[in-house]
Amino acid sequence: METKMIEMKGVNKWYGDFHVLKDINLTVKKGERLVVCGPSGSGKSTMIRCINRLEEHQEGQIIVDGIELTDDLNHIENVRREVGMIFQHFNLFPHLTILENLMLAPTWVRKMPRREAEEKALYYLERVKIADQALKFPGQLSGGQQQRVAIARGLCMEPKIMLFDEPTSALDPEMIKEVLDVMTELAEEGMTMICVTHEMGFAKTVADCMIFMDQGQIVECSPPAEFFENPKSERTQLFLSQIL
Amino acid sequence: MVWLRRNLFSTPFNSGLTLLTLYLLWLAIPPIVDWLFLQATWSGESRAACEPNEGACWAFIDARFNQFIYGLYPSEAQWRVDLAFILLGVLFAGFFIPGVRRSWIAVLILIPYPLVAWILFSGGSWGLEEIDTAQWGGLFLTLVIAGVGITASFPLGILLALGRRSNLLVIRSISIGFIELIRGVPLISVLFMASVMLPLFLPEGVNFDKLLRALIGISLFQAAYMAEVVRGGLQAIPKGQTEAAESLGLGYWRTMQLIILPQALKLVIPGVVNTFIALFKDTTLVLIIGMFDFLGIVQAATTDPNWLGTAVEGYVFCAAVYWLFCFSMSRYSVSIERKLDTGH
Repeated sequence: METKMIEMKGVNKWYGDFHVLKDINLTVKKGERLVVCGPSGSGKSTMIRCINRLEEHQEGQIIVDGIELTDDLNHIENVRREVGMIFQHFNLFPHLTILENLMLAPTWVRKMPRREAEEKALYYLERVKIADQALKFPGQLSGGQQQRVAIARGLCMEPKIMLFDEPTSALDPEMIKEVLDVMTELAEEGMTMICVTHEMGFAKTVADCMIFMDQGQIVECSPPAEFFENPKSERTQLFLSQIL
Repeated sequence: MVWLRRNLFSTPFNSGLTLLTLYLLWLAIPPIVDWLFLQATWSGESRAACEPNEGACWAFIDARFNQFIYGLYPSEAQWRVDLAFILLGVLFAGFFIPGVRRSWIAVLILIPYPLVAWILFSGGSWGLEEIDTAQWGGLFLTLVIAGVGITASFPLGILLALGRRSNLLVIRSISIGFIELIRGVPLISVLFMASVMLPLFLPEGVNFDKLLRALIGISLFQAAYMAEVVRGGLQAIPKGQTEAAESLGLGYWRTMQLIILPQALKLVIPGVVNTFIALFKDTTLVLIIGMFDFLGIVQAATTDPNWLGTAVEGYVFCAAVYWLFCFSMSRYSVSIERKLDTGH
């Protein structure tokens, strides 16, 4: 039997009176790649932000790599160590160089010696093809480069799961490809990934499973071939006809 | 010439203004220079020595200089004050020596140094004669109060600012309560409370030093202001920074220490220095609880019958010294800002 990396059971979440997540049930196996799409405000980002507890859920269970997310701070920190997250606005640390951005978490969280952390950082910068920018500050890089640095920063912690929250939405069109290439490469290596994105070309090549969300619910969950060729719900058909 | 024409004589109106300004300067500067330097008396035993000259009576400053610096600190023990300040200067110089770990120097200045300085100043051990804080005074006392006030209020202010943004209700309420209470009263009343009222609440026989009480009062007062300055910086940092740090597995304190505070404090350097400068000048208020800081001792000296009529000289000298210290702080902060700029 394949290992379950993420399990969400009957998850509900409210912002005040607003019901953002309605009875979410989702299982992600090791090495599985999920792409989540849906109109804005449908709860996609909120859902993946619950997985590393950047948002709290009020009902149901979320179990990540065998650890249940509760108020217990130790659990939360243990989960966050194993789950990397990429944000729409990169969120690099502007007061640190690229290299320091990458070395920060391994040295402070994993207590790795500086030398080793630096080697690891340079290795991942090489992989996202910007090792030559290591000593610059984030503000001196283009959007696409910053997002690749953010991915490398996540990878330096050698996470078991990577979450992508609209990683290309803030980028100029000509920079989207360089980021998607890095993500595709990562997917091919077997990383467990959940991506919230509207890049349907990317979704078709890498996704094992497509999820469509609307008004806080998972409306559809099926392999890409089926999802794009004959979606079950009308809502999905309408959405696809608008974006494709 | 081109510069002159472009900036000072570009239109007839501007030319007029330039000429008017030059005329006013010509009226004002020579008498000032005359008073300050040319007609001034530089040495003498009393005010009488200055009578023959029109200008400033700097002899007064010269005669009382030692007192302005050390207050009533006994002259045979003044080397202790000198030694402590030289020690501090040496430690600070360490910041500019390449290869020396800055954090080590900071730790030395913050932990052992104040103890050593305290023992040197007040004596009572190491075979040093005990000197009561009532005898401390002058610029020495001003620097002690300002130095302690700055080093204590800064970290305390940061903690209060973090407390005010905390998710924990108890910590948040205490921080808000403290800040609003302290900010709502004048420093004078805080000092009065520290020096007059506090002893009333303490049990009989328990009594701690008046200077110490004033130091605590000033530090707490400035910490409340510092907290609000720092909070302004914390609010300017996008939420994404905290989220990114937390998603990497950093805990609350590490996130604050490594990610949020370095950015927030950099933003509020002008405000922090503003508070430091205000604190430096507010130290003069200790006069009202009977301590003679720099301004206080100068003021007291002008009432000496031998030197009647030298108040202007005293205040000009005071103003110059305060300005020198405050302006250096301001310049230093500009250089720090420039050094920390990473172009974002």
